[in-house]
Amino acid sequence: MATQTPLSTQPAPPDEPVNQPQLGLVGWLRFAWRQLTSMRTALFLLLLLAVGAVPGSIWPQRSIDSARTADYIAQHQTLGPVLDRLGFFEVYASPWFAAIYLLLFISLVGCVLPRTRLHWRAMRSTPPRTPARLERLSAHATAEVEATPEEALAAAEAVLRKRRFRLHRHDQTSVSSERGYLKETGNLVFHLALILVIVGVAIGHLLGWKGDVIVPVGQGFANTLSRYDTFSPGPWVKPENLSPFSLKLDRLDAKFEENVTGRGQFGQPRDFTAHVSVADQPGAKPHEETVKVNHPLEMKGASVFLLGNGYAPVITVRDKEGNVVYRDATPFLAQDNNYKSVGAVKVTGATPKQLGFFGLFLPTAVITKDQGPTSIFPDAKKPALALGLYEGNLFPDGRPQSVYTLDTKELTQIKNAKGTEPLRIWLEPGQTFELPGGRGSITFDGVERFAGLSIRSDPGKGLTLVAALLALAGLISSLVVRRRRVFVRVSPAAEAGRTVVSVGGMAKDDDDTLTEAVEDILAAVQRRTGTSR
Amino acid sequence: MTNETLAQYANLALYSAMAVLTVAMLGYALYLAALVPHRDRKAALAAEATRSRDEELVGAGTGAGMPGGPVAGPGSPSAASPAASAAADGEADDVPLRARKAAGIAGTMTWLTGFLLVASIALRGASVHRWPLGNMFEFAVFGSMFTVLAFSIWSTKRDLRWLGLLVTGPVLLTLGLAITVWYTEAAELLPSLKSYWLVIHVTVATLSVGIFAIGASAALIYLLKDSFERSGRASVLDRFPPARSIERLSYGLHVVAFPLWTFTVIAGAIWARQAWGSYWNWDPKEVWTFVIWVVYAAYLHARATSGWSRQGANYIALAGWACIIINYTVVNVFFVSQHSYSGL
Repeated sequence: MATQTPLSTQPAPPDEPVNQPQLGLVGWLRFAWRQLTSMRTALFLLLLLAVGAVPGSIWPQRSIDSARTADYIAQHQTLGPVLDRLGFFEVYASPWFAAIYLLLFISLVGCVLPRTRLHWRAMRSTPPRTPARLERLSAHATAEVEATPEEALAAAEAVLRKRRFRLHRHDQTSVSSERGYLKETGNLVFHLALILVIVGVAIGHLLGWKGDVIVPVGQGFANTLSRYDTFSPGPWVKPENLSPFSLKLDRLDAKFEENVTGRGQFGQPRDFTAHVSVADQPGAKPHEETVKVNHPLEMKGASVFLLGNGYAPVITVRDKEGNVVYRDATPFLAQDNNYKSVGAVKVTGATPKQLGFFGLFLPTAVITKDQGPTSIFPDAKKPALALGLYEGNLFPDGRPQSVYTLDTKELTQIKNAKGTEPLRIWLEPGQTFELPGGRGSITFDGVERFAGLSIRSDPGKGLTLVAALLALAGLISSLVVRRRRVFVRVSPAAEAGRTVVSVGGMAKDDDDTLTEAVEDILAAVQRRTGTSR
Repeated sequence: MTNETLAQYANLALYSAMAVLTVAMLGYALYLAALVPHRDRKAALAAEATRSRDEELVGAGTGAGMPGGPVAGPGSPSAASPAASAAADGEADDVPLRARKAAGIAGTMTWLTGFLLVASIALRGASVHRWPLGNMFEFAVFGSMFTVLAFSIWSTKRDLRWLGLLVTGPVLLTLGLAITVWYTEAAELLPSLKSYWLVIHVTVATLSVGIFAIGASAALIYLLKDSFERSGRASVLDRFPPARSIERLSYGLHVVAFPLWTFTVIAGAIWARQAWGSYWNWDPKEVWTFVIWVVYAAYLHARATSGWSRQGANYIALAGWACIIINYTVVNVFFVSQHSYSGL
């Protein structure tokens, strides 16, 4: 700072620093705060928020579909990892997105709190003194009425009061009035409610949890952590405190479009209903409920949603003596709209080596030239299993793995009897296939459906909803209500017993009906004093 | 279960609506076209009037003219004076008869389009036994109906003939796309769409979009007129209302549509919680709905900020409209989304 040459014709004394205003730390902070809370910054942050949200719709998001995200990264060797580092696969949890909305909310608080204080004062203060020249206001009208000045002023007050203006007489010849405080109130309520929305979202994030579980028909489920296929608790959730209900899936009805054959309609799902029996506590008498798409089962502390469904073929595997080593309704995961599903049967009890079957379940099976075995309709019209067989160690290193796939690291594929090609097993319900080499047999007993249930708890949702509705109410009143000041002044007319009434109006922001309103008030005063126009 | 005959009648009503709307669009185009030569003539007259005034001034300088009135100087065309005074007399609202007739027909045809679209939607609903808002085709028809009806109703309160072409044109284009590219056979809904929230959420969303559409047209006209006025070039826009009042009108529309959009977001969140278990999933459609909300919020802020020009604010409004278009087309068709109900 001191190196600057002073712009003076007088020779500056050597070594004397130029006296410039110093901001200092507090000054800089105040400057930064002013900048952050200015409307321009808020506007910039709003636009930035809009732009920042877009990548999350373009690239797959890990929180929504982690498999698709992994696929994308695998397919884009160079771009994928770069985008990943920049948080483009978790946009809404990324630091830069958080930075935008947190700055925006700080800016909002910094703007709204002082305005709340000002508005509080404005609401308690009286309307200002009548300006000396009403004709200079943006709307103005004058007329003579047949009344004394005092009568005319009383009439004006009555008219204004009826229009819900707040009145004050600063002098004997005029009345000041103001209305539309609700505009700013609504504006402030809107912004404060947005903060509450964020609080509600935060509560849901911290204290909420969700778990997904696949339940085949006939099987049950108890609400404990170990029973979930995936469980994502908020940071403050204690999983041991889950409400101890249990439910059993009695039946799952699924209907698909069979009649309309138009593009994009044939085979579309039409209805899914899960019939369950629920016991609120261990040992309690179960009661029957239904869970449908759009009709979650609401329970104390959690809600059960039917989010997925599929087929769980009942498969039995026997050893060469005919002893059952595996029998289960085994869920297969649907890959397309016709429920071509993949899955695995892991027979850990098989001897001498563990057996792993891997392949497809096809509800309405056909074999096409180009696609091989596939399904042409989602309902189980002609079900079939197409499987291959592996043997060896199913769980190398004891690592957790997907129930729908085999980890083939320590497995070898079994070849057909001739030893030329991998063994292919094709089974329709009721059929049994003898495995080569005395490994026993596999039987396709029948088809069950499974329900993909999601059990969720969000303690913040009530607050979020109330806050959002409050914000909407505030928004409407801030956009609809007009804030106006109207002043009325009376003065004796030249003719005795008559009075000149002058009405002037001003609005806070542009108000295209102000002139109309002022003229309307004047006309009402005339009517009240018995003066025809 | 669907009734094919009713669906056919619905399409028939839709084709009729499009035919009638084409007439309306041509009417509004003719209206604008009829204003143009009039403006040219007026400009010519104004030029002549200026010339004669100049001559008068010259005359006054030489002491030959009479003070106080436009007196033609020597050598001026004899027709100039009466024509100039005629132009001065019939100012304000001198829309040529041809233009008035064209706009009158167009207005009636726009009303008729609205009724035909209502009929088409009702028939479609009857044919599928549900609220007819289940796929992209139906969204487009519903939204068009709201735009046409809102415009017609509003036209009864003020002169909006100047806006007609920019409302009927885009609506016709939308309906054309709907029946050719987005057409989906009448059918039942996916299970996740079977909810009374469909009626609430999607109807309000289409209503909001229908109003935003008119707002965007008004904002566009404002920006055009404003830039023409600045450059000083003459155009048919000179016959439109003052730029300031067009801008205010556009603001008025956005102020109606924005709370409706806010409601759409809230209703959608309530429904999402019922259908998918969580009220906000950052699904691409939700992302874009949020983006649209934020952009229009920015528009309202920009308009209330003294440092921002009205032009800047209106550019933001148009950006919001661009986001709506993207949300409706690109997101519906190309993005992987739980909202993939385009039926395509």
